[in-house]
Amino acid sequence: MLARLLVLLLMFGITAAALAADLPAPPKAKAGTTCVAAAEVMRRDHPDMLKHQRDDTLRLGIRGGTASLRDCVACHATRAADGTPVPVNAPGQFCQSCHAYAAVTPDCFDCHATTPAPVKEAAR
Amino acid sequence: MTDASLYPPLPLAGEGRGEGGSHVSAGLAPSASLTLGPLSRKRARETKLSRRHLLLASGAVLIAAPALARDKGQPASSAQHWGLLIDTGKCSEGCTTCVEACKAEMGLKGHDRPLTDAQYVRKIDVKDPATGNTHSLPVMCQHCDKPACVDVCPTGASMKRADGIVLVDRHICIGCRYCMMACPYKARSFAHEEQTGQQPYLPRGKGTVEGCTLCVHRIDAGQVPVCVEACATRAKGAMLFGDLNDPNSEIARRVATEATTRIRADLGLLPSVRYQRI
Repeated sequence: MLARLLVLLLMFGITAAALAADLPAPPKAKAGTTCVAAAEVMRRDHPDMLKHQRDDTLRLGIRGGTASLRDCVACHATRAADGTPVPVNAPGQFCQSCHAYAAVTPDCFDCHATTPAPVKEAAR
Repeated sequence: MTDASLYPPLPLAGEGRGEGGSHVSAGLAPSASLTLGPLSRKRARETKLSRRHLLLASGAVLIAAPALARDKGQPASSAQHWGLLIDTGKCSEGCTTCVEACKAEMGLKGHDRPLTDAQYVRKIDVKDPATGNTHSLPVMCQHCDKPACVDVCPTGASMKRADGIVLVDRHICIGCRYCMMACPYKARSFAHEEQTGQQPYLPRGKGTVEGCTLCVHRIDAGQVPVCVEACATRAKGAMLFGDLNDPNSEIARRVATEATTRIRADLGLLPSVRYQRI
């Protein structure tokens, strides 16, 4: 009887702890845009989508696929008050808010740009 | 070592758009978009040209884009084989226009360490000791048909795309640098430091090898490599880019009729970059 009560208390405690943790609140994407798939699909499958397409793009040269990391960044990078884009992997930003919650550290942004295309015409 | 006899035609693997030359097919407009400096680009866009025409206007060589952008979802095809022809007679010593343009396009920032900083194009000055004759030439990845870097890569990261462009798949590069040792052209660099501020079209990061991509992001969009564009608009137009498999292209025509060389042709790697007058 006591053991059952303890188990019940433990379960209740775990549920309460889970509810207490703040769910990630990623910033909204650029206004007026629609994602390439439904939010539930994107949440679960975006790593597979990106990983599949990266090989098609780089190794086969197929351009214009749906799951482009570059397009993700273009829509989901927010802008600071002065108009400069905020990196998507900065704390609280679109990618990082969920990855921090899920305790995963993707390597994408070791190499990939974290902000939309900078203005480069001036440099050339 | 000269000439087109060294250039075995690539097998047409049945993919893409059929035989060489037909890739600019019926569905695509015959006019070519021009690749020019930002100032003249808008004006020139309205001009229609045969894509083989090489225009000379007020000192600037305007190069018609060799192909239009590939259709969305289409893979690169072995019907095309991209190459460069570099006339060293027009390449002056001390001119680094192509090198600077490359660094700006690719977002390469150095750490003031010339021996290890990433560089995709470098300028080489050569001298014939017997005659004192000097040449200056840009050397980038030679995009070999039989690339040594691809042969030695233990993971398959070093790869040749169907249209002849040699690339590093950084997703699976382990940074062993075997390709750097295998390459006789010193074409590859290693990213020793954490990188920031990458261009969206050129991901690059610490611990991976990198090199000239022949501006694959521009080629896939129907533009010429940035070094070629910069040389044509801001230097003497020493570089010609085009499809070596298309007999009607300017580059294939010149390779077939003029004396050209490949550097270290004795190694038999069959580079896609050819030089003249060295």
